Amino acid sequence: MVSNDIVKQRLTEHFGEQVSNFEEPYGMLSFESPKDLNLKLLQFLYDDPELRFQFLTDLTAVHYPHQKGRELAVVYHLHNLIDNIRIRYKVFTDIEKPDVFTATKLYSSANWMERETYDFYGIIFVGHPNLKRILNVDEMNYFPMRKEYPLEDQTRIDKDDAMFGR
Amino acid sequence: MCFHWHIGTSAHWHINTMTEHHIKLPEGSIEKTTTTLNLGPTHPATHGVFQNILELDGERIVSAEQTVGYIHRAFEKIAERRPLYQITPLTDRLNYCSSPINNMGWHLVCEKLLHIKTPKRVDYMRVIIMELARISDHLICNSVVGVDSGAFTGFLYVMQYRELIYEIYEEICGSRLTTNMGRIGGFERNFNSTVFAKLEKFLKEYPAVLREFENLFTRNRIFMDRTIGTGGISAERALNYGFTGPNLRAAGVDYDVRVHTPYSSYEDFDFVIPVGKTGDTYDRFLVRNQEMWESLKIIEQAYRKVQEFKGADAEVYHADVPEYFLPEKSDVYTKMEALIWHFKIVMGETEIPPGEVYHSVEGGNGELGFYLISDGGRAPYRLHFRRPCFIYYQAYSELTQGSMLSDAVLTMSSLNLIAGEMDA
Repeated sequence: MVSNDIVKQRLTEHFGEQVSNFEEPYGMLSFESPKDLNLKLLQFLYDDPELRFQFLTDLTAVHYPHQKGRELAVVYHLHNLIDNIRIRYKVFTDIEKPDVFTATKLYSSANWMERETYDFYGIIFVGHPNLKRILNVDEMNYFPMRKEYPLEDQTRIDKDDAMFGR
Repeated sequence: MCFHWHIGTSAHWHINTMTEHHIKLPEGSIEKTTTTLNLGPTHPATHGVFQNILELDGERIVSAEQTVGYIHRAFEKIAERRPLYQITPLTDRLNYCSSPINNMGWHLVCEKLLHIKTPKRVDYMRVIIMELARISDHLICNSVVGVDSGAFTGFLYVMQYRELIYEIYEEICGSRLTTNMGRIGGFERNFNSTVFAKLEKFLKEYPAVLREFENLFTRNRIFMDRTIGTGGISAERALNYGFTGPNLRAAGVDYDVRVHTPYSSYEDFDFVIPVGKTGDTYDRFLVRNQEMWESLKIIEQAYRKVQEFKGADAEVYHADVPEYFLPEKSDVYTKMEALIWHFKIVMGETEIPPGEVYHSVEGGNGELGFYLISDGGRAPYRLHFRRPCFIYYQAYSELTQGSMLSDAVLTMSSLNLIAGEMDA
């Protein structure tokens, strides 16, 4: 049986210092690596006969505007369905140059998830077969889930919306 | 004579006018050109607002391209401004065929983040509701497969039993489709006797209905000819495409969140995971039907367990979490403490402890996951919904390549694609 400790041990054996920040919030092993390592690491987790993380549950991004140089995090949730263990893997990237390798070669499911992530956070997935917006309109020229676009203040008074009762 | 159609991109039928040398026709085709057909966004066969741009060679599909996002409502963004309990109504509108599952999935995530342990009775009550929701979800999906294959009777027949389920919801929370049911920690009020009476009526009458529904379809020659061997997918491809739920189980993988990572005391129940073999439309239909039988079994067990609570235990319907559970109105008017909690909750002044949590439930059509990050503020820092529909819809072009247009329509309805869940 694969446990969090075994995953951690196998990863440090193979990647050494490059995989870091091991945590276990609410029992799920979570770690990060430099962004140019993401494909190698995902491939290793996929191919390793013991680890077998072959199911991509979820792929999304988070924006931390105050972390200079690592503003955007791409978060992978992987699942080993045989031993039933989940892990969370993050890569951080600079918002000025948000390019991360695509996982579509490994997981067909990553295709739309990466498009969605691009659509909302502007992360460029290098090598993606069809990287264009998916839920928003094609003409949109910003990435709406970034923190610099707050939702409209519900109490604003500068708008004259007499027709709509505001 | 020359006709000009100026309907823009919303044109329903659009005949491709490209010249011949642009088009690659499949080997042996007798057609001169392929036809581009916009199936959707408001086509009666899509049962929801999403679009398929089909490239047709006669009636055979050469390629399909899907477009989603027509009812995108930015729930993830909105959630970043709302206290936890105000996010429940957003989850209603994901898979609106089984909104109680989404509601309770959301409450379970919050409870995981806040380390709240719910009483057993609450767990069992939730199980009853979630399984009722699963039945109504599968019922719609399977009867719509019938409609799309030309058999309307089944759909009309089962509708009155979905109505019974909706009446039970109504009795509990006052609404039917977008239920907003429950609170963090439990339910807003105890189930009254009408709920149990209606549940008993449902448990008594539904098996015969489901049997009759199966009689109409399962061994129906026409239905079998239409569905066997269409829209199939292998287990490997299904896993690679991130399939979960009945669609994955139809391909032969027995992955079920209720069994793999039990939540809400699912480990206390005895049920089996039905699996198919080929992952085609027929198998998906059979798996969903079988799951309804299993859900019935679970509801019966859960109902029995709920009945076993006696005395004061039978009055328990929520965990003791005054910071998140709205107090009863009569207490708010008479007790100082209840008034304070009420005010804090309603004004959204409760701070959520920082943390990062992923939790998933077995939704109507697969693993519905919630990825919640809190930085200690009053609203989530980030909330992401893992919507099963969105993830497996991308397999649609692979599922339908080379099949007939009418089979593609059946494949679509048997995947149970819910536009609300796809777009979030």
